[in-house]
Amino acid sequence: MTEYLAVLVFIILGVGMVLVTFFLARLIRPHNPYPKKTVNYECAELPIGTSWIQFNNRFYIFALIFVVFDVEAVFLIPWAVAFGRLGLFALVEMVIFILILFYGLFYAWRKGVLKWV
Amino acid sequence: MGIIRKVPHYAEKIPGGGIITTALETVLHQAQAKSLWYLLFGTACCAIELMCTGASRYDFDRLGMIYRATPRQSDLIIVAGTITKKMAPRLRRLYDQMAEPRYVIAMGGCTISGGPFYYDSYAVEKGIDHIIPVDIYIPGCPPRPESLLEGCIHLQEKIKKQKLSDWQEK
Repeated sequence: MTEYLAVLVFIILGVGMVLVTFFLARLIRPHNPYPKKTVNYECAELPIGTSWIQFNNRFYIFALIFVVFDVEAVFLIPWAVAFGRLGLFALVEMVIFILILFYGLFYAWRKGVLKWV
Repeated sequence: MGIIRKVPHYAEKIPGGGIITTALETVLHQAQAKSLWYLLFGTACCAIELMCTGASRYDFDRLGMIYRATPRQSDLIIVAGTITKKMAPRLRRLYDQMAEPRYVIAMGGCTISGGPFYYDSYAVEKGIDHIIPVDIYIPGCPPRPESLLEGCIHLQEKIKKQKLSDWQEK
């Protein structure tokens, strides 16, 4: 149980630091809201409607496929950096890895996921 | 308004209370001057020099200047480039949306007076001080990164000379 005491201390410290910072900022910052200032930031254009819009849930599946290739990039970068030392073996392994991921993409394609329904 | 800005009002009632005010001013304004985050607002060729200043050769970061992509997080707007009449209301809106206290650097001839467009253009704003209040003018067409750095150092000097009671609620 005593090992978890450290976790508790860290949680209290973490939350405490954020609260103290917010409190300090409240003391220091000027508070001067006016309608032109509080308008939503839309790259300097006047916003149309509210910013609380819902994204179409059809984007969900695209986001899911994106995650696959996102992770691929994470693995590709260290491989590319150390490419000179790793040689042919790593190249073949990386090609296999990418092919497996592409197989996943083709599977999703085949299932009609890439079609905008 | 931040409570800390009312300190001078109460401190002057205590004998020798002025030292509280000056110490606070020094700390606050030093911190403020060394952490100016600027809004990226490059509209013309000056923006190339601004980018160059931000890159490793001139290292804007050593002055504590970091670029921000939203006015909500910036204290400073470096207007780098020609402001057309159509852009002017947008510049004003961005300035309004920035966090206070906020500062403006007019970079290059176009922002000071319309620059090369002064005589023969109907579409260019002849100086951004028609739209927003400017703190520092940096002449040049475009100014070199060294000039921009010097301008920012001047702005930091200006900030350090501020008084706590300067900032007025509108």
